[in-house]
Amino acid sequence: MSGLSRRGLFGAAGAGTAAAGALALSMAAGKPAEKEPHASDAYPYYGAHQGGIVTPAQDRMHFAAFDVADGIDREALIGLLTDWTDAAARMTQGGSAGELDAMSGNYDSPPEDTGEAYDLPPSGLTITFGFGPSLFVDGSGADRFGIATRRPAALERLPHFVADNLNPSLSDGDLCIQACAHDPQVAVHAVRNLTRIAFGRAVLKWSQLGFGRTSSTSVDQVTARNLFGFKDGTMGLRGEQKAMIDEHVWVPDGADPAAEWLEGGSYLVARKIKMQIETWDRAPMREQENIVGRTKREGAPLSGGVEFDQPDFALEGRGGVPIMDVDSHVTLAHPDHNDGVHMLRRGYNYVDGNDDLGRLSAGLFFIAFVTDPRTHYIPMQSRMSRNDLMMEYLQHIGSGLWAVPPGVAEGEFVGQALFA
Amino acid sequence: MIRSLVAPVLAAGLLLTTACTDNTAASGDARTMSVKASDTACEVSSVEAPSGTLTFKVTNEGSKINEFYLLGEDGLRIVAEVENIGPGLTRDLVLSAPAGTYFTACKPGMVGEGIRGDFTVTDSGEDVGPKGEDAELVAEADKQYASYVRDQVDQLVTKTEQFATLVKERKDDEARAMYADARVHWERVETVAESFGDLDPQMDAREADLEAGDEFTGWHRLEKDLWPARAEGYTAMTDAERATVADKLVADTATLYDRTRDMTFTASDIANGAKGLLDEVATGKVTGEEEYWSRTDLWDFQANVDGAKVAWEGLRPLLQRKDSALDGQIEKAFASLQALLDKHRDGEGFVTYDKLSEDDIKQLADAVNTLSEPLSKMAGAILS
Ligand SMILES: [Cu+2]
Repeated sequence: MSGLSRRGLFGAAGAGTAAAGALALSMAAGKPAEKEPHASDAYPYYGAHQGGIVTPAQDRMHFAAFDVADGIDREALIGLLTDWTDAAARMTQGGSAGELDAMSGNYDSPPEDTGEAYDLPPSGLTITFGFGPSLFVDGSGADRFGIATRRPAALERLPHFVADNLNPSLSDGDLCIQACAHDPQVAVHAVRNLTRIAFGRAVLKWSQLGFGRTSSTSVDQVTARNLFGFKDGTMGLRGEQKAMIDEHVWVPDGADPAAEWLEGGSYLVARKIKMQIETWDRAPMREQENIVGRTKREGAPLSGGVEFDQPDFALEGRGGVPIMDVDSHVTLAHPDHNDGVHMLRRGYNYVDGNDDLGRLSAGLFFIAFVTDPRTHYIPMQSRMSRNDLMMEYLQHIGSGLWAVPPGVAEGEFVGQALFA
Repeated sequence: MIRSLVAPVLAAGLLLTTACTDNTAASGDARTMSVKASDTACEVSSVEAPSGTLTFKVTNEGSKINEFYLLGEDGLRIVAEVENIGPGLTRDLVLSAPAGTYFTACKPGMVGEGIRGDFTVTDSGEDVGPKGEDAELVAEADKQYASYVRDQVDQLVTKTEQFATLVKERKDDEARAMYADARVHWERVETVAESFGDLDPQMDAREADLEAGDEFTGWHRLEKDLWPARAEGYTAMTDAERATVADKLVADTATLYDRTRDMTFTASDIANGAKGLLDEVATGKVTGEEEYWSRTDLWDFQANVDGAKVAWEGLRPLLQRKDSALDGQIEKAFASLQALLDKHRDGEGFVTYDKLSEDDIKQLADAVNTLSEPLSKMAGAILS
């Protein structure tokens, strides 16, 4: 274990920065990133982009959406973002939420940090903040923080897609936080403490725990399986594909004259997708593979080859029927059928106990980072919700879209350029 | 670990599999054969096996789509087959084979009579059930099921026309009384009707199934107009709107009629159709989502069960020979589910969904699971 921990971080911040620097250096030197996640992993908090986007996907996630409290003005919102930024900078390096660690401070006061991560190392924690459409113009049309004119044109509530069954209490929010880590307790600790810091200024609207990353965002990661038992996200972008990431993930300079503050940022699409796993489990293997368009064991396209081979959509099987069903999940999601757009996917499996009928409340918490949802998510989802064979077993029950500001420099707060 | 420990033959050179311990597919198992199929060869790892459940692990090492067959002694009868194996892929063919003389055949490019080899199944003394008349039993099941589908669609046509007339004449009480009764015929053959991807959304879509710009038509559009109580701020349809939707429903039903006249069904279609009907119950009816406005979900529930039961009954002679224990399990589960449904009967029909307690719904859902699980195994059992 490394010397990094949330214990007595006084003076240890330097060590955290050094370790993070070393990791960054090894990647810059062209060596492959470490294959196995290590508890000692600490990703730099400050940089051109926020962490938790091209960072190799950690195994656990705690996602949270917040609404800014009534009566909070622009100045108070800036205060919250400043406090969140400081806490995030500390926690991602293995430190505490507050300046004092969880076991120190005035004996007559509650500790600044809640303590459950006290003995735990950084665990690859990243914290990513996003701004929802309602932060700019609220439900009654009010410009609460004087930023309405700087709302990016692409930042609008996602449209209703075919068969959406969205629960308002699992959707949207003025602000969002995506906390990812190798250790669930570290991710939960982050969201819990950020929520606590926000009390009186922003209230937790909904949150989601995820496990078993269903996406790979590094070439060194094997493709993980979703709860249907299939490898998921084979075609997703990897952090190493720098030119592709620049094109499909980051908001480029000049993208939106009203929203220069977002340049170098991204958009976060979240969809809570309930999976009817009980009926799926009764589907014959033939149907399962046909729906997905890949073999279950290897993840190879049904047109042949191995997992990372491109599917051959023209190849005809028995009776002249394409061997990749035209409505299979892979066919419809493939960049060839979506004007060449790619997404950086970062989804997780979830199980929220069970429903009243004794069925697991399970599914996929889909997260994608894209340069523009109008080109990179909405057209594809419109087609998929209408035609994807898999929709028989899916129901979208939660949804949200947030603009993710670029990275933070030391001494700044996240999204500072929006308020400049 | 759920992950299969069987290392794929093909990928051996590409994938460094992590240490596997109990590799059950190793050569020690006389009933598991590997088949290397290429564009020019068909190598089966063994030319004989003891009778029982056999597995052929077929790997397509060629560049064309391949198929693998086990043929009877006459070289014509297909005992079992696996089709559409893409280049580089491996697929298992599992079947139950009695002692006898067979041929194996790979068919690269899906043409010709294939690259054949002799294959012998020796008598292991294990009972694998009688063979030979399966094809007749399947043909009989097809005949029965196709005629059931035609008959249900016949009745659907008649009742839809009557319903449409009542709707247009604004005889709403009579239309409401007829709604669930007419839909029963749709629900009994729902998986067949749904197989027509153009008709299903026009005839049976719920409002949430649509997106902005889509036209809301069909049964549920009229349902909402007849039962607007749960619709907030709802504007009733005009006479002209009603006529348009009602006439379109009648026309679509006529199209369904035409398309179902000469349909045929394989054993797998029928078996998976039965399972599919129970899936419909599990995802739409038991949750009260299907008939959101009229709350007549139990009518649909019963109709889905009726259709599944007819499908199973047609396949029973075959299933009883292949797996009588599974057949018995299905029989018992149908009876339990029916007994539960009967508790909610009211006159000619059922109580509305809102009259069910949480406990009633849970019991129904449990009974659906109890039936669905063995029903999902029926296709595999009759095809082995
Ligand atoms: Cu999908």
